[in-house]
Amino acid sequence: MTAIFLLIGFSLLLAGGFLFAFFWAVKDGQYEDDFTPAVRILYDKSERNDSTQQGNP
Amino acid sequence: MSTKTITNPQVTSPPGQTRNIETFYYDNQIVRAFFIATAIWGMAGFLVGLIVALQMVIPTLTEGISFLSYGRLRPLHTNAAIFAFVGNGIFMGVYYSLPRLLKTPMWNRSFSWVHFWGWQLIILSALISLPLGYTTGKEYAELEWPIDILITLVWVVFGVNMFMTILKRRERHLYVAIWFYIATWVTVAVLHIVNSLEMPVSFMKSYSVYAGVQDALVQWWYGHNAVAFFLTTPYLGLMYYFIPKAAGRPVYSYRLSIIHFWALIFIYIWAGPHHLLYTSLPDWAQSLGMVFSLMLIAPSWGGMLNGLFTLRGAWDKVRNEPELKFLVVAVTAYGMATLEGPLLSIKSVNAITHFTDWTIGHVHVGTLGWNGFMTFGIFYWLVPRLWRTKLWSKPLANAHFWVGTLGIIFYCVPLYIAGWTQAMMWKDFDEGGFLVYKTFLETVVQILPMYWMRALGGTLYITGAVLMVINLIKTTRHGSFLGAERAEAFALAKVYKKEHNEYWHRWIERRPIQLLLLATVLILIGGIAEFVPTFMVESNVPKIAAVQPYSPLELQGRDIYIREGCYTCHSQMIRPFRSETERYGPYSKSGEFVYDHPFQWGSKRTGPDLAREGTLKLKKSNYWHFQHFMDPRTMEAQSIMPAYSWLLTNRLDVNSTPAKIRVMQRLGVPYAEGYDEVAIEDLTKQAKEIADDIRKELTQMKADPSMVVEDSEVIALIAYLQRLGVDATEGEISSSQ
Repeated sequence: MTAIFLLIGFSLLLAGGFLFAFFWAVKDGQYEDDFTPAVRILYDKSERNDSTQQGNP
Repeated sequence: MSTKTITNPQVTSPPGQTRNIETFYYDNQIVRAFFIATAIWGMAGFLVGLIVALQMVIPTLTEGISFLSYGRLRPLHTNAAIFAFVGNGIFMGVYYSLPRLLKTPMWNRSFSWVHFWGWQLIILSALISLPLGYTTGKEYAELEWPIDILITLVWVVFGVNMFMTILKRRERHLYVAIWFYIATWVTVAVLHIVNSLEMPVSFMKSYSVYAGVQDALVQWWYGHNAVAFFLTTPYLGLMYYFIPKAAGRPVYSYRLSIIHFWALIFIYIWAGPHHLLYTSLPDWAQSLGMVFSLMLIAPSWGGMLNGLFTLRGAWDKVRNEPELKFLVVAVTAYGMATLEGPLLSIKSVNAITHFTDWTIGHVHVGTLGWNGFMTFGIFYWLVPRLWRTKLWSKPLANAHFWVGTLGIIFYCVPLYIAGWTQAMMWKDFDEGGFLVYKTFLETVVQILPMYWMRALGGTLYITGAVLMVINLIKTTRHGSFLGAERAEAFALAKVYKKEHNEYWHRWIERRPIQLLLLATVLILIGGIAEFVPTFMVESNVPKIAAVQPYSPLELQGRDIYIREGCYTCHSQMIRPFRSETERYGPYSKSGEFVYDHPFQWGSKRTGPDLAREGTLKLKKSNYWHFQHFMDPRTMEAQSIMPAYSWLLTNRLDVNSTPAKIRVMQRLGVPYAEGYDEVAIEDLTKQAKEIADDIRKELTQMKADPSMVVEDSEVIALIAYLQRLGVDATEGEISSSQ
């Protein structure tokens, strides 16, 4: 059943790759803010307009 | 216009640094192209689905037309639905959402168009090659090796375009949808390459490098993850983008979405063996698959609830906006399919449902409900925006919604009933311990009304889709398409963290995507170099001494079995239940399949299992098979198997035999050295024996023996069927004496 070890190997490497990506995401501060990203995607207008609406220059 | 420098207060840039606002254009033309492709291929996929559904109840529907026979159209239907409809749907959604989430256009327009036309070329080659019978015989991976290579190339083009876009982004945070797209790309690349390793015999013919139980495991590791990473993760990414957009409110819990993503991808990859419960796969691997499948309920339902809760307080919008209705049913269908899937993975449940129509019902909750309705919802939201107008008719969209929903119900519920009914009939014993339904056909005839209902469900679903196409065409007529959409955003400020002094660590940290890609490539090269030779030389599957390689004629017959898609209706895997051993003979062992490149265990029994077709009580005469292929209903009046009349007249491609033997030898099948040179001689001899035997019986019955053509394909196929199960069964009997 060499195929099992092949597949476990590939699966572990994939999982390891994703684990690495997860650590990167955490260290990069991707998940520091879990509120703004969800709201931000709702606004497609340019940031200039958004900030104007908020009363900023 | 002079560029005015504005400081963005939300982003912490080094003191004194200011950033320019930049203007750029989103490419809507590529989104439109993928949208049109999704709609066209979707309709085509649905239509082929309806044809195969009708062929189940009207077996003579396309009688005598080889390229429209069930066994060839069914792979076309699954490939069209998965890779043409959902595939283009993924790309439509990604090419729309990714640039907007990252505030940058796609990295390279030419790459986008190479991706688009490359993918359509793949679909076109599938559309031509599958009906012509070019197939590897592995479900959902049927396309032959040149197309496999093309898929790999196009996938790389897509990946480069996507990852370069991510690198050029103007938004530091990667929204959760993008993580789903990344996981999709990486995993599908690995799955496709590992499962498609095959050795070419000629242009458009190859043999899988894996054999038997190993091939089965690799295939279902791929098959299940194709569901996971082609039909699920990309569409979850689309869900996290389009539901908030359509509802006008943020996702219920962004934190949950992150947990959902990571939990899902870590668990999904291990669930594949649940497709092989009670087969010859080692028991611990089956249990592993079952446990991980059950664990999947948690992240799946986390995602479903997150999608539905996003609409909290916005249910009035669901009443008014047809696109939200579709999205709600899609997410609900996702929830149902992901509860049902783990339940079907429990061994004792699987013992009942496997090989029945329940599985077909289950996958259609996913494809018609989740993928289909999600796509339709996105269409109804996106098309008016791309064409800057309103949807032409809301009532028509609502009609589509109700007709489509009814279609799903009429499709799935009858199949659940059919699956359960048939499983109970297969397993029914009388007081004397004998099977109540001795012939398989009785159990098929019982569920034919359910097959009719399913065809009705499919018709309703297509009717709804036709309404949608009309509605969308009308919408585009009334609007004006915007090819390049202007947008503005701040350039991404460089953020330098001064935490460590280790140079390499920082270098790695700052290049996650390059490394992910590099790691994937390394994984593949390393893995292939290390593992593949071991398959070709020796595999440690327990061998059965009596099991010998196929004769040249049987090998050719096996290729016809694969070409005609016999595996779409017949299994070759007897599970260790009394109801199966009583009906078919001793249960299947892994050692029986060591020369099977590819394996042909099948996943659905529309007809009976064939693993012991050539032996014990299942054995039939050569004449019986001959007559049965010519017209199954002359042997079994109620049979729903199509006729294979062309096999009686098609001449066997005898000259391909030496090349096939040589490839088999290279894959480790122990034909004697130099056997390829005498193979044709053996083939001709065996064909003559079988043909003479059929002629003899025809003469006895005062029928015309001249219709038996010695070098016709049917003779090879009969030779193969007569070999099935012979070695192992008769070896077992002689060794036990």
